[in-house]
Amino acid sequence: MDLALNVLEIIENDPKINISEIASLTGRSDREIRDCIGELESNGTIRKYKTVIDWDKVNNGYVYAVIEIKVSLERETGYNVVADRISRFPEVRSVRLISGDHDLSLTVRGRSMKEVAFFVAEKIATLPQVQSTATHFVLKTYKEDGVLLHEPEHAHRLSIVP
Amino acid sequence: MKRMLISDVVQSVPPSGIRRFFDLANQLPEAISLGVGEPDFVTPWHIREACIHALETGYTSYTTNQGLPELRREIAKAFCRDYSVDYDPDDEILVTTGVSEGIDLVVRSILNRGDEVIIAEPCYVSYKPTVIFAGGSPVTVATDLKNDFRVTADQIKEKITEKTRAIMINYPNNPTGATMGKKDLEEIADVAIDYDLLIISDEIYDKLTYDGKHTCFSSLNGMKENTIVFNGFSKSHAMTGLRIGYALGNSEIIGAMTKIHQYTMLCSPITSQMAAIDALRNGDAEMEKMVREYDRRRHLIISGLNDLGLDCFWGKGAFYVFPSIASTGMTSGEFAERLLLEKGVAVVPGDVFGDCGAGFLRCSYAASRDDIKEALLRIGEFLASIERVVQYNPPISGLE
Repeated sequence: MDLALNVLEIIENDPKINISEIASLTGRSDREIRDCIGELESNGTIRKYKTVIDWDKVNNGYVYAVIEIKVSLERETGYNVVADRISRFPEVRSVRLISGDHDLSLTVRGRSMKEVAFFVAEKIATLPQVQSTATHFVLKTYKEDGVLLHEPEHAHRLSIVP
Repeated sequence: MKRMLISDVVQSVPPSGIRRFFDLANQLPEAISLGVGEPDFVTPWHIREACIHALETGYTSYTTNQGLPELRREIAKAFCRDYSVDYDPDDEILVTTGVSEGIDLVVRSILNRGDEVIIAEPCYVSYKPTVIFAGGSPVTVATDLKNDFRVTADQIKEKITEKTRAIMINYPNNPTGATMGKKDLEEIADVAIDYDLLIISDEIYDKLTYDGKHTCFSSLNGMKENTIVFNGFSKSHAMTGLRIGYALGNSEIIGAMTKIHQYTMLCSPITSQMAAIDALRNGDAEMEKMVREYDRRRHLIISGLNDLGLDCFWGKGAFYVFPSIASTGMTSGEFAERLLLEKGVAVVPGDVFGDCGAGFLRCSYAASRDDIKEALLRIGEFLASIERVVQYNPPISGLE
């Protein structure tokens, strides 16, 4: 198996793992692993090491909403200018160009439903390119970034099997 | 009742050596187990979903004795794709309730009373008893660490008599993790042809081969007619409890096996067969992901055991390693029992799988990385607490 792919698969699920452990899992030296990760970081393959948090478990956690937007297109620049403008708000966690009835799909995070609603009304809906918005508040998250947000399941095995 | 209730042949087989150890381990549910011969992954969701769908849409009946035609066609397609061997789904494939049933069927189909089957040891615990129950006589060949637990053509030749009917092998191997290269297998194929013997090849771990490619025995020149290949879904797709295996071979033997199967098992559970179809059609990506993870754990556990001074060869298959505990001077049973009671780590004594497994342990790496790391730590503590027969110098750490 390609070393870079192997390393990516390991750290995607466990960014806290240390270099020597990756080395022992792949049968390579520490130096090879360090070089490999260095290369993946510098060429932009690895963007960031992130933590998946179940904010519902935290008091005063966050409120999330999915916002769908229709925009009017500009000549030459297309969707990029408006998408870039929206992306710069720290409240906006993700921005995607989508197919279907709407053009852009955003995830917005705030401290309360009111805060999110006002943010959309004041900052997003008022952008000249934005024709309409539809706000869907997230009531419960079951899976985030490939991680199930409930107790993981285990195989029901006997402790000794031939 | 005054008469003896149990037949002579059943009485002649001693209870499995693993039994007592199993009972002991069950009293310690908190122990970390490296003693399990099945994946720690739960069956991939798309396969379970196919099971649920099958139940919802009323697939709860018998199937044809040989198994669903659709499943047999998918199996034939997979063997053609993976090993370039063509099997006719109509009469060269039998779907069984796990490989264990298939092994029982083949020995019952081919053996007359007193016929011999050569079995390479260490081996899965059912092989010898199954041959005995079928009225045959198992003749074992001992493989060893010196040869990375591969059986050689010469070893087999030495054991051949007029009564020999078949050679039973299992690579990738449970319990050693050993694999055989194409050339090694060809030498055994030559012996089979020279002496007109059937090869019974249990290849249930074929997909769990690391650093190299598995060679299917029947893909060797001229061996399709002389080989019954066994495989299934338990290990490759983490489907042990669904109990689906299959046998591939010439129509005469498959026909005989089907005859026994129809009067005993009738057919394999239809829900599981439906799941197996989905596993073959859509299961490659999840399977490959599991294999990559096993390979990482293999590196972790083999280097870990060797660093602790337990001589462990780099097996390239299945999910087992077979470290030697010769340096401790203990027997396998003594070591495993003390390790379980004193440190809460369950492994299987090597001699459970044959006499030549004495002085070894079977450790399964179908366990989470955290469990493997913790188990290695505790094995280290255990080794430090006992007196070694052979002095061991730990490697100098910190070198890259």
